[in-house]
Amino acid sequence: MIPAKFDYVKPGSLDEAVRALADGGEDAKIIAGGQSLLPLLRLRLSYPDLLVDVGGIDELRGVIDHGDSLVIGARTTHYQVVHDPLIGEHCGLLAQAAGTVADPAVRHRGTLGGSLAHGDPAGDLPAVAVALGATLIARGPGGEREIAAGDFFVDYLTTALEPSEILTGVRVPKLGGDWGYRYEKFHRTAQAWAIVGVAALARRSNGHVAEARVGLTNMGSVPVRASAVEAAAAGAEATRDALNAAAASAADGTEPPADLHGAPDYRRHLARVLTGRALAAAAGV
Amino acid sequence: MTATAESPAAELGRARTRKEDARLVTGQTTWTDNLVLPGMLHMAFVRSPYAHARITGVDLSAAKQMPGVVAAFSADDFGEQGSLPCGWPVTPDIVIPHHPPMATGEVRYVGEAVAVVVARDRYTAADAVGSVDVSYEPLGPVLDMKTALDEGTPKVHETGNLSYDFVFPTSGDIDAAFSGADVVVEREYRQQRLIPCAMEPRAVVASWTGDDVTLWSATQIPHVLRFAIAAFFGIPEQSIRVIAPDVGGGFGSKLQVTAEEVLAVLVSRMVGKPVKWNESRSEGNMTVHHGRDQWQRIAIAADRDGRIRGLKVDLLADMGAYLMLVTPGVPILGAFMYNSIYKMDAYAFRCKGIFTTKMPTDAYRGAGRPEATFAIERIMDELAVELGMEPLELRERNWIKHEEFPYATISGLTYDSGNYEAATARAKELFGYDALRAEQAERNARNDTVRLGIGISTFTEMCGLAPSRVVGSLGYAVGGWEHASIRMLPTGKVEVVTGSSAHGQGHETAWSQIVADQLGVPFEDIKVLHGDTQVSPKGLDTYGSRSLVVGGMALVGACDKVIEKGKRVAAHMMEASENDVEFVAGRFQVRGDPEQGRSIQEVSLATFAAHNLPDGMEPSLDSEATYDPHNFSFPHGTHLCATEVDTETGMVTIRSYVAVDDIGKVVNPLIVEGQVHGGIAQGIGQALYEEAVYDEAGNLLTTTLADYLLPSAADLPSYVTDRTESPADNRLGVKGVGEAGTIASTPAVVNSIVDALRPLGIRDITMPCTPERVWRAIDTARASAASGNGGASSNGGAA
Repeated sequence: MIPAKFDYVKPGSLDEAVRALADGGEDAKIIAGGQSLLPLLRLRLSYPDLLVDVGGIDELRGVIDHGDSLVIGARTTHYQVVHDPLIGEHCGLLAQAAGTVADPAVRHRGTLGGSLAHGDPAGDLPAVAVALGATLIARGPGGEREIAAGDFFVDYLTTALEPSEILTGVRVPKLGGDWGYRYEKFHRTAQAWAIVGVAALARRSNGHVAEARVGLTNMGSVPVRASAVEAAAAGAEATRDALNAAAASAADGTEPPADLHGAPDYRRHLARVLTGRALAAAAGV
Repeated sequence: MTATAESPAAELGRARTRKEDARLVTGQTTWTDNLVLPGMLHMAFVRSPYAHARITGVDLSAAKQMPGVVAAFSADDFGEQGSLPCGWPVTPDIVIPHHPPMATGEVRYVGEAVAVVVARDRYTAADAVGSVDVSYEPLGPVLDMKTALDEGTPKVHETGNLSYDFVFPTSGDIDAAFSGADVVVEREYRQQRLIPCAMEPRAVVASWTGDDVTLWSATQIPHVLRFAIAAFFGIPEQSIRVIAPDVGGGFGSKLQVTAEEVLAVLVSRMVGKPVKWNESRSEGNMTVHHGRDQWQRIAIAADRDGRIRGLKVDLLADMGAYLMLVTPGVPILGAFMYNSIYKMDAYAFRCKGIFTTKMPTDAYRGAGRPEATFAIERIMDELAVELGMEPLELRERNWIKHEEFPYATISGLTYDSGNYEAATARAKELFGYDALRAEQAERNARNDTVRLGIGISTFTEMCGLAPSRVVGSLGYAVGGWEHASIRMLPTGKVEVVTGSSAHGQGHETAWSQIVADQLGVPFEDIKVLHGDTQVSPKGLDTYGSRSLVVGGMALVGACDKVIEKGKRVAAHMMEASENDVEFVAGRFQVRGDPEQGRSIQEVSLATFAAHNLPDGMEPSLDSEATYDPHNFSFPHGTHLCATEVDTETGMVTIRSYVAVDDIGKVVNPLIVEGQVHGGIAQGIGQALYEEAVYDEAGNLLTTTLADYLLPSAADLPSYVTDRTESPADNRLGVKGVGEAGTIASTPAVVNSIVDALRPLGIRDITMPCTPERVWRAIDTARASAASGNGGASSNGGAA
């Protein structure tokens, strides 16, 4: 890797990191696992003056049980998310989706917070955070604030974080045992980004879907909440036909990208097919 | 073989783990990029962002002023540069454009080098590239082979966009074969442009001492490279040493004399310091020579009973912007292979080599033979459909029967041996062919949304490149022999020097096994040396599945000479007649009195001491041999692939893959398995994943491995492999295995996809068969069926 020149600091505490970031100004960047930023540096698509490495801050790691929610430290790696028993029990969708991220090497280095703060709509976890109704916790010079996932992703590679703010953790509401889930990822090779991904949650009751939540990966400049599908699925019979019918509106209002792996019309088609499959799996049919 | 074959500890056929692997897989070895020389500087290239442009100015002044930058050069600084060589002029009137290592006047593809900066470290060099100001006057790009020869298309070179028009001497009466035929099927297939992605990117270090230069390069061809630099760049051959240290793969992409290698030599001389260059993956995707890129028009004529009467092939082959080492010859090598394993009355082949403003193409694993095998195996399936015949039955009706070898083919080769019946029978059995056909019919009958397809590839290839006389007659610049020498060390150990230049193949292990058997010395006592023109002064290097078939036989020849010399010394030591001494499992012994004997190690030491040698004998057992094969070898096999195609998404999943290969005798089954597995994966890569894509301005879009998709182990099935064996025409009984999997698997996979979708009215999908292309083909076919236009075919969004 031959990046352009940058300065580098590795603070030992969150307070120090916040100060370093504020002192660094607009061209300072946080680096955690490096799995999104290093490729940009390597390709010289990003020219930060300063990298603030949060890899030495232990308070950013781990999972805390807050009763009706879990707070997952931003530095928790995908591998840890996949294998954490609390996450597995209370928000299995996140664990399942984290297990589809790239390859084992990336999952051992890449972090949940890094993946969200990068704000790539092709990343798997932003859509999952949106579907889960997660809240992102940020710390800046002015203190801490919480941002709903739906408000966090502003545009392509752009989030609601201020330049001086650090994402410290993710608050995820616990799901009851009556919720099923499925992350349906469509990609050409195991390591490739999703052409389209669908994160679906369904609460089943008396042979019907009482409530559903659906987030879409790579169907726009930000992760998309498929509200029309959610509305159509609520109260629908838990059958393939009924859920496929609900999924028919999955691509409504989306503006998916065009690239070498898929044109927008193909992505819209995939969104409908995959949403039907994800909902069916989440509803256990 | 004689005595050694009876040895109880025969090495031939033993699945030894490779002795070179520990250092290769840990990286603790002499990769070129690991090399650090005192005072070494780093080069970085300024490359053209235009597919085609006139260079109107290169301003190096800002770059030169940057701290840490030592020098910067553009074409003007090099004067007369010479031309990167093309070693295979395939026609007398071929156009071979001048190809200076540093672009002069005009750039003709994105990535062509226009300047070089030299700095104290690699980072500064990369930074300085951005400070070089090059002005361009854009010219029209030429991106489409089919319109490249049209009036009004911009010219890549002043002479126009045609490099050559090669017409193969037609065999048989092609017009009669077609005009009287019951059935004629004609198709056009696309061989997409591929990017070879060796694990180790290219790397070069050049260093001068006085008038002598040493060039370290991650190359497949240290010997050819030395010769080329001497012949084309005016440096005396005896002053050039080329070292290919451990090299991490090539697949043909390092069978090249590159601009970067030549410029490293020139720049190092100009700055008076050693220089290093190591490419990034993105730089490599742009500027490593590409592979394939042809349009193939193929027509086959047959009788109603399936007998093939004739075959016509008409190619457009994209040369890219220049002709590199064997660029024009790659499609021509395929000319011999379109008829494959089949008998026919007549054959015609023509190929036009076209210039475009893209990276030049050249050899890529299989080189011409995968293209040929793909087209013939695809159209055999289409012919079977046209005739209403089972595709395997059609093949069997036409292939050369095992009792008919040796067989002179319609394209002029003589196949020495083969048994297509045996390989196919074994493959069908392992595959469960009949059961899969039954399942396919059942799923088709119930309109399953996931369709099952079966793909067949009964292939052969020409390997063991090459008989020098034959390649000479084809215009190839050098011969096809290989060289080996054996050094018998005083302690009884053995050094084997080979002209083959391994870059991952496992020569050190396989060569040790061969020599262990031949000389009866322990495997562990043998050291194999290669890849340094001062250590291994003679050789023609590694490509075209030639190392074992040609280089292995050179080893055997050198061992023979060691034994002959050893016999003289041993006879003298034992006071026996030389005629009474035989060599058995590492011992020279008196015939009929095996108690009387001397080990080869004892004889070696006695020869070194030289106290008591026969009169007039040189005190050395060391020997060398050069082997020139009298024919190619012809590995063959039957590969069967079952795929499931999700008609809702277009996703293709390989369910099972059976490969039965006949490669003759096997030196090391582990190495062979590795070659077969890797080869199949690479062929699947072409079928499903890989494609170099240029946009309408001629920019390469697939510059990273996120855009240029390669399959990994996670994407591939577990292969079922087996082997059959028919004799090979050399003493080792070997045929070569380096390219077999790649040649066989691409058509097997695509045939299976088309077979799965044929009930929907689809008869082709353009490679790579991406989910989107498959889905579009299905979508178009359904729309066409719904509109009642059932006869329309779809090729899956060939645009």
